[in-house]
Order: sequence, then structure tokens, then C-alpha cells
Amino acid sequence: MNEFFLVFALALILGWPLGRYLAAVLRGAPMRGDRLFLGLERGLYGLIGTDPGRGMSWRGYAGAFLVSNLVLGSAVWLLLMTQAWLPLNPDGAPNMSWDLALHTMVSFLTNTNQQHYSGQAQLSYLAQMLGIVTLQVVTPMMGLALVAATLRGLCGGRNAEARKAEGQEQLPVDVGNYWADVIRPTLRFMLPLCLLWSVLLTSQGVPATFAGGPQVVPVDATVQLQAQKIPLGPVAPMVAIKQLGTNGGGWYGPNSAVPLENPTPLSNLLETLALILVPVTVAFMVGPFTGRPRFAALVLGTMLSMSLASAGLALWSETYAPGAGAMAIMEGKEVRFGPGPSALWAALTTQTSNGSVNAMHDSLAPLTGLITLGNMLINAIWGGIGCGLQQFIVYLLLGVFLAGLMTGRTPELFGRKIEAQEVRLLAVLVLLQPLVLLGLSAITLAVPGLAGNSNPGFHGISQVFYEYTSAFANNGSGFEGLGDATVWWNVSCAVVLALGRYPALIIPLVIAALLARKRQAPESTGSLQIETPTFALTLIAVIVILTLLQFMPVLVLGPVADHLSLAAR
Amino acid sequence: MFHSTLHTNTGAAAPGISDRGLLRGGIVLALISLIGFGLLYPLAGVGLGQLLFPHQARGSLIEAGGQIRGSALVAQPFAAAGYFHPRPSAAGYDPMALAGSNLAQSNPELQRRIDSSRTALAGQEGAAPAAVPGDLLTQSGSGIDPHISPAAAALQLERVARTRGLSVEEVGTLLARHTEARQFGWLGQPRVHVLELNLALDALPPAAPEPGTARR
Repeated sequence: MNEFFLVFALALILGWPLGRYLAAVLRGAPMRGDRLFLGLERGLYGLIGTDPGRGMSWRGYAGAFLVSNLVLGSAVWLLLMTQAWLPLNPDGAPNMSWDLALHTMVSFLTNTNQQHYSGQAQLSYLAQMLGIVTLQVVTPMMGLALVAATLRGLCGGRNAEARKAEGQEQLPVDVGNYWADVIRPTLRFMLPLCLLWSVLLTSQGVPATFAGGPQVVPVDATVQLQAQKIPLGPVAPMVAIKQLGTNGGGWYGPNSAVPLENPTPLSNLLETLALILVPVTVAFMVGPFTGRPRFAALVLGTMLSMSLASAGLALWSETYAPGAGAMAIMEGKEVRFGPGPSALWAALTTQTSNGSVNAMHDSLAPLTGLITLGNMLINAIWGGIGCGLQQFIVYLLLGVFLAGLMTGRTPELFGRKIEAQEVRLLAVLVLLQPLVLLGLSAITLAVPGLAGNSNPGFHGISQVFYEYTSAFANNGSGFEGLGDATVWWNVSCAVVLALGRYPALIIPLVIAALLARKRQAPESTGSLQIETPTFALTLIAVIVILTLLQFMPVLVLGPVADHLSLAAR
Repeated sequence: MFHSTLHTNTGAAAPGISDRGLLRGGIVLALISLIGFGLLYPLAGVGLGQLLFPHQARGSLIEAGGQIRGSALVAQPFAAAGYFHPRPSAAGYDPMALAGSNLAQSNPELQRRIDSSRTALAGQEGAAPAAVPGDLLTQSGSGIDPHISPAAAALQLERVARTRGLSVEEVGTLLARHTEARQFGWLGQPRVHVLELNLALDALPPAAPEPGTARR
């Protein structure tokens, strides 16, 4: 319980000033810190060949996003398949197979960090750094860039004033400069925060070294194990960005359950806070960035209410629900944390699209599994950095459309009408999720030999559905008993990962740019008021009902039936 | 602070809009990311860690007599009767094969395993089956959980003392000294570090073992 209150209080206290700072960084206005960063940034813009003041249309912005993903992805794929021949490989990790390397690359490129490998044995230090850490730092910032561009579009674009002038209406909507939007927040916000966390984590015992680990002979000579190789490495910097960047892919296989990755209750508190710190910061950023504090309050209030409810339920399910006191509750958990902090982590890591774990989710109480699945299906309680807010905007547009229909008012956002074209694009996003998740889960369960699930009965269904849900939500956690290191799982998950990332980031930007081209009607008393608690409640209802309508049957067949069968014992 | 802040970069001399140079930008951004974020950032993190917390940065290794006996953050297996035993491990205590069991709570295999180890442990410690605490019956998430609960240590106290020919009070004092409270009295769970406790036991001056219960 202590952890529950501390984490939320600290996230809100720190998120507020950080959000204002992040908004200033994204605006590109003169600010303190310019003396430190401006020179370096100018050099980098020169190399890229851009001027941060020069804007892009949504096409250019999305194109830059896709091209930079393609280039980075290809480089990392090659690196993973050749790591055995490259330097910095003291533990002798072999080259990855093409399909495992493909899945790993796509998984990290989409800010998911689903892992079908075990890092301490299957990645060299070089691959962990150049491959994994690179993508862990830059991909959340790309998500942030996309949402910044979308918010600019929703507010009419950076050139809104110029386009109002006579004869300028046909100018494309300026949604910002992609390169600057990625570089500025990475240098001025993310990396300093990560360095601080890295040092704090090392103070608690997370390794930070380039020397290979020592070989240790067990103290008790009567045991079978001849020797223990202690796996070390530059773990702390990676764990810092893993937690702060809604990444989730750990240095070691069992992630932050491993004492080397999460040594003490204090490190656990720091890592739990890091799960939601930046997503909360992004929600706080909305106000100063758009100049609409009431809109920001809607975003923050809605997200926070859903987050508290879901985390509270998980805590109850794991520590107070009937059956929680059973002997099996410590299976997959660590003694230094205990059930409460493990449940809190499970809730927050799925609310934020992070996906790191400090206890094995496969062994959680079935109802906790249900909550984590629900969090990932919604994927906008906080959501990943950028993509969470982007998904929230999708729900917001849907909510405005539905509420407008129900009350007989023109559905409009910030004075611009939402019409057939925008709703058609929204429908693509809404339908994609159930088609992909239910379709692939059905195929995997129906064809013998594909699933590879390790637990019998209803939980086996949960395992398969969880894997795809986690991939589509770009979360990365798993019911890890699943035998997922096969060509089927690697390739099908790689497809799901990409489908969960790129449409969800780009389509809202397109909608925003379409809206920006429309004439802005003055907001009057006749308009639908969205910046109110009533609308926030409507929005939550829309989110919950939409998710339940689409996924109720599979949730009943999986975790709910699992819980009932356990309760019937 | 709160108005029309999106337009700071536009004005009379606005450089306009351009969607060109995407490939060059993409390649350069990839290079910046690989070198700056993938190489320099971890280097800085390692450098700062080594400088400020060298012991922790190198794996919190436990040294005794000029020899590395283990890491404070990796459980070691203990089977001899004269030692406190750690939690069962799904990975055989091999840090290169780290894993939890990933058994679902509804999996009959998990229930069978818990039942059989409860019977075995109750017999070994001469206690009632209901007295065996849950953390000794379940496998940790990492497979190298270095701690057990104070209750799990108390259960083993008598056996360890008897085997070593020490008094229960003597071993109990040592156990109390190696029991960590919740961090700052607030965070996590109270716990006992098995490896450190066992090393401390070995460091005690030797006592004559009771006849017939010599250490294996």
C-alpha cells in the first residue's frame, strides 16, 4: 500500500514541472539550457540538412518517421545476425537466427520490447547497447514527436495565422519539424533523466561495467551446481531507459524480477515510478503545449481515474481477494517485494505500454491477468510515450462523435467539424485491433503445434491471447511460459507489432491535418462542451464499453473461466 | 504562459514548409542514435556508476579471504543440513539460465509440486505442514532470489543449530543480525539474505558437532 500512494504522489508532483519543461522543449522557444544544448543541436541539424523552424506537412512528417524507422531497423537487424563476429562479446553470444532477429528488431523498433530471447545469454554487450539501447532511447521520442505534430494539427498547425491570410488557405498545414521534435526532447529531457536514474539504480546495486562477470564456486560443496557465472554488463543505463522510455525489454530474461536488475525495495520504487513518470509528464505537457489547460485537465483526469481504478483492482486481486492468501501466491514473485508491489507493477506496466515485469505474469492470480489484459486492450490509460496520448485522441474523437450524435449537436473538436472522412479513418483503427488479435489468436489455437502453451485449460487460451495483445499494444510483457521462440510466433508477432504501431501513430496525425484545413467555427454555448467532468465520464464509458464489446468472449474464455475454475477447487 | 504557444516559430521570416531530404535525414538520425544514444549514453552511465558506486557497479561481489564467494544479488544453492536453504529455483540457480516456472496458479502441476515439497519440508524440519511458509514452497520469478522470509528462516533454525552443534540462541542471534527490516521501515518486505547468513555461520569458531550428526 505504501508503494501505491508513494508512486502516484511522486509521479504527479514530478510530472507537473517536467511537463511544463517538456512543452517548452517541444515548442523550441528560447529557454534556459540553450547555452548547453543549442550548439550541439545546430551541428546535428546541419548534418541532417534541416532547419528546425522549417515545418513539414503531415506527409513529410510521416515520411520522415517511416524512413528513419526503416534505416534504423535494417541496421539493427544486421547487427543482431552478426553479433558473434563483432567486438564486445565477453560471454560469447551466438548470432541470432533471421526470424528471431527480425522479431527482436521490430519489437524494439516499435517501442514494444517483447522478447523471445534471453538477454544475458543471447546478446553481446555490443548488441545490447547499439541494438537495444539505441532503439530504447529513440523510439519513445519518435512517438512523442508524432503526438506533438498531431496536437499542433488539432490546434490548426504552426502556420495557422499565416494560412488565415488572403490567398494562403491552400498552404499545407505545418505540423512541425520531425528531426527537431526527435532530437530536442531526447537531448534535453530523456537522456538527462536516464543518466540520473542510471546512477540511482547503480547505487542500489544494478551493475554498470564492461568487464565480463566472474565465475563463482558455490559455498556449499555438496550441491550439484559446479559453478555460477555472474552475468554483468552495462546494465544500469539500459534499465534506466527501459523503465523511463515505456520500453520494458530487460537485460536479463526475467527482467526486473532479477535481483541484479532490481536489487532492493528502493530500486523497485524508483523503477515503478519510472514506469509512469514520463507518460504522466506527457499528459501534463498538453496544457502548456496547446495553451488549453482545461483540455489538459480532461486528459489527465480521465487517465488518472482509469489508472487508479485499474491499479487498485490489481492490488485487491493479488493481496486481498479470496484465494490471494493461498500458498501459490508467491510463485514467480520475489521475497524482497512481496505481492503488493508486484501487483502495482503489473498494473502500471500494462497501463503504460511498458511491459517490464518484477514478477512473472503467467503466475499472477487470474483476475490480475484479466486487469493487465484490459489495460493493454485500452492502451491509453497512460499508454506509451506519445502513442498513449495518440490513442487517447482516437478515443476522444470517437467520444465526441458519439456524444454529438446522442445530444444532437454537431460533433466538433476545438471548433472544427468531425465528418465522414475522419470517422472513416477512425473506423480503420477501431476495427484493426479485434481483427488482428482475435483472428491470429484463433488461428494459433486452432492449428495444432502452433500455440506452444505451457499451461493447460483456460489459462492456455489466456497465454496465446496475451501474447498478441501485448504485441499489438506495443507492451512487451508476456505470459512467458509460452514457447514463443518459433518461426510462427516470431513472424506473426513481428507483423502484429508493426500493425499496432504505425497506423496508430500516423492515422491520428492525418485526421488532425484534415481537421486543421477546415474553417474554425467559434466555440459557442451550442457547441459540445468536452472540457467537463461529464464528458470525461462519457469518454471513460465509451472506452470501457468499446473494449468490452469487442473482447468480452475471449476474456470470459480465458482469465474469467480460469478464475472460476480455481475458485471452484 | 498559456496562450497560442504553438506559433513561436512562425512569423514574417518563417522559412516555410519543406518535405524534402527525408533519406539523408533518416540515415543521419540513425547514425546519431547509434553513436549518441547507443554508445555514448551507456558509456556515460557506466562511467558515472563506476566513479560513484564502484562496488555496486561491479556486481556487489562478496569477497572473503581474497576469494570471490558470490554476489549479494545472486542466490546460491544450499543443500547441506548445516546451512539455511534458499527458495526453490526454476533455473537450477544458474544465472545464465534465469527463469521462473511460469506455471499458472490453476495449473495442477503447481499444486502437486507445492503439496509434495510441503510434505518433504515438514518432515525435514520436524514441523507441521501448515507451518511451512509459502515462499519456501514457490519458485521465485528470477530463479536466483537471494532472500527468504523471516518465517522461512525460523523454520530452519533448529536444524541448522543442531547440525552445527550450536545452541539455538547462538544461531538465532546471528539470524536476527542478518534479518533486514523493510527498507526505511516503509518499502518491500522483511527478509533474510541466505548466502550472507550462511557465510557468517561458516565464520563462527568451530564447535564440536554432536555425535552422529556430523556435517555431510
